[in-house]
Amino acid sequence: MDINIFVEQLLNGFQLGMLLFLFAAGLTLVFGIMDLVNLAHGSIYMVGAFTAATLTLWLDSFILGIIFALPLTLLFGMVLEFIALRTIYARDHMDQVLATFGLILFLNELVRIIWGPAGLAIPLPILLDGSINLPLGIVYPTYRLFIILIGVLVAIGLYWLVAKTRLGMLIRAGASNRVMASALGVNIRLLFTAVFGLGAMLAGLAGMLIAPINQAQIGMGEEILILAFVVIVIGGI
Amino acid sequence: MIKKILSATAILAMASSVAYAKSINIGFVTTLTTGAAIIGVDQKKAVDLAVEHIGGKMGALDVNIIYEDDEFNPQKGKQKTEKLIKSGDVDIVAGYIWSHVLLASAPVVLNANKILISANAGPSPLAGKNCHKNFFNISWQNDQTPMALGEVLNQRAIKSLYVLAPNYAAGKDMVAGVERTFKGKVVGKDMTTWPTQIDWSAEFTKVKAAKPDAVFTFYPGKHGAAFLKQYAQAGLSSTPLYSVYTLDSLSLPRLQQAKMTGVLGTTMTQFWSPDMDNPQNKRFVADFKKKHGSYPSFYAAQAYDSIFLIKSAVEATGGKVGDVDAMRAALEKADFASVRGKVRFGNNHFPIQNFYSREVVVDSNGKWTTKITGVALKDHQDVYAKDCNL
Repeated sequence: MDINIFVEQLLNGFQLGMLLFLFAAGLTLVFGIMDLVNLAHGSIYMVGAFTAATLTLWLDSFILGIIFALPLTLLFGMVLEFIALRTIYARDHMDQVLATFGLILFLNELVRIIWGPAGLAIPLPILLDGSINLPLGIVYPTYRLFIILIGVLVAIGLYWLVAKTRLGMLIRAGASNRVMASALGVNIRLLFTAVFGLGAMLAGLAGMLIAPINQAQIGMGEEILILAFVVIVIGGI
Repeated sequence: MIKKILSATAILAMASSVAYAKSINIGFVTTLTTGAAIIGVDQKKAVDLAVEHIGGKMGALDVNIIYEDDEFNPQKGKQKTEKLIKSGDVDIVAGYIWSHVLLASAPVVLNANKILISANAGPSPLAGKNCHKNFFNISWQNDQTPMALGEVLNQRAIKSLYVLAPNYAAGKDMVAGVERTFKGKVVGKDMTTWPTQIDWSAEFTKVKAAKPDAVFTFYPGKHGAAFLKQYAQAGLSSTPLYSVYTLDSLSLPRLQQAKMTGVLGTTMTQFWSPDMDNPQNKRFVADFKKKHGSYPSFYAAQAYDSIFLIKSAVEATGGKVGDVDAMRAALEKADFASVRGKVRFGNNHFPIQNFYSREVVVDSNGKWTTKITGVALKDHQDVYAKDCNL
C-alpha cells in the first residue's frame, strides 16, 4: 500500500474518532457522574443537527448557525433533564434504559412533526467546502480537517474544565461521593442539570458537525449510539 | 333490548358486506416512517393524486386504499403484509420500495392467491426462476437501468470505472447490470454496509488512488444526497459521476438548497422523466407540482401508474376483482395510459420499455430537475425473463 493512502485513511479514522469522542464525552459525563444510562443521547445529537441546520439556512452562515445552536442545545438538554430525567435517577439501570428508549421514539417523532421526514441538507462556507493539498500528494477535504481541529480544541477545553476549574472540582466531587458533596453545601441537583446540559451540548456539537457531511436525518442518533457505547466501554468510564 | 342490539348488528354487518362488494380495497405497503419515509410519502402523494384523477372510482367500484408502513425493514414489511392479507378484505396488494422487503413479503401475498404489484422493487429472483403468475412489476427489473447506464458509458468511450454501491439485493443487481453491458475495465469495486454506512471517506480515498475515468454509483434515498456531498468534498468533482436511482426529484431540491452545483450536468439512466411529452405524464406532473410544489419522483410516477394499471384490469373484468384469473389476464394486457408512454409486460410480468439517459438541468423557474438526452436502450426486456417459465 502507498504511504499516502495509508496517511489519508489514518486521517479518515482520526476524523471519525473525533466525532465519536465528542458524542461519547457527553455520554460518559452523564453516565460516569450521574450514573444515568441515557439512550436518548443520540436524540440530542439529532436535535443539535436539526437546530444548527435550520439556523444555518435562516442566517445563511454555518458558523453563526453553530454559535447560536450550541446554547440552544444546552438549554434543550437542561430542560429535558428537568422535565423527564430528574425523576429516574433513583431507579435502576433497566428502568432508565426503558425510559430513555421511550424518549428516543418521542423525539424522533417530534422531529418528524416539526421538520418533516426529508431531513435537512446545509451548505458549507466556501472556506471549508473544498479540499486542501497536504504533503505526500494527499488531497484532503478541508471540512474533515476542521472536524479534527474542533475535536482537539474540545478535548483541551474539557480537560481544562474538569481538572482546573471550580466547576470541574465540584463535578469530580459529585462523581466520587454525591452525598458528601451535597452535605458540604454543593447543590447537586443544579450541578447535575449543568452537567447534563454540557453533555447535551457536546452531543449537539457532534450532530452539528456531521450535518454538512450527511445532512440532518431522523434516527441519525441511533446509528452512532452503539459505536459510542463501544467507545466508552473500551475507553473506560 | 338484546334482540334489538342483535338485529342492529346484523343489519350493520349486512350493510358492511354490501359496501365491501361495491368497493375495491388496495393494500399499499411503502415506507412512511424512518429517514426513508421521503420516498414512501412521495408514493402516497402520487397514489392519492391518481385516486383523485380517477374520481375515486374504478368502473363501478369505490377505491379504498389501505396504506401500511414497512418501516424500511423486511420483518416489519412482512408483518404488515400478513396483517393486510389476514384481515381478509384486501383485493390487491401493491407498493414495496425495497427489494429485500418485497422478497420477504411476496410469499405472504402469493400463497394467499392474491395479486401483488410492485410499484418499485424489481429483484432478479422474482423476474427469473421464482417468477409468479400473480406477481406484476410496474417499474423495472433492478438490472435494466444500470444496463442502460453501461451502454451510455460505452457510447461516451469510458475505459475504466470504479463502482460504489450498497451491499444488499438491489445494490448487487445494479452492479451486475452495469458490468453486464460496460465494455471497459472495472478498476475497483466497494460494496458498503446497508443502510448503516453513511460515510464514504475510506472508499473515496481508494477511488482517488485508482484514478478511474468515471465512477458509477447507486445510493437511493437519503444516502444519495450524503454521498454526492461527500463526493464533492473529497475533491473528486473532476471525476465524472454516473449514477442510477441516486439523483431524483427527492434529492435534487435538497442538493439545490445545499448549493451543490457539482451535480448539474451529471448523467443517469431512467425509464421516465418529468419532461416526457405525453398527455398522461403532463397532467400527472402539472397537478403534482400544483399540489405539492415539487417535481414528482420516479417512485411517484410508478405508484401513479400502478393505480391506473389496476383500474384498467378492474374495468376490463367488469369489476370482478375476486376473480384472480380474469384479473391476471386483464393486467397482462397493460392496457392503460402510462406516464412513460409505451409499456407492455413480458412473460415474467415485468415491463418491456425504453430506457433513457437523463441529465440534471435547471428548469425555467430555476428549479433543478432532469431532462432526457437520448435513448439508451430501446424496448428492453430484462435478462432474467428467459429463466421464467410462465
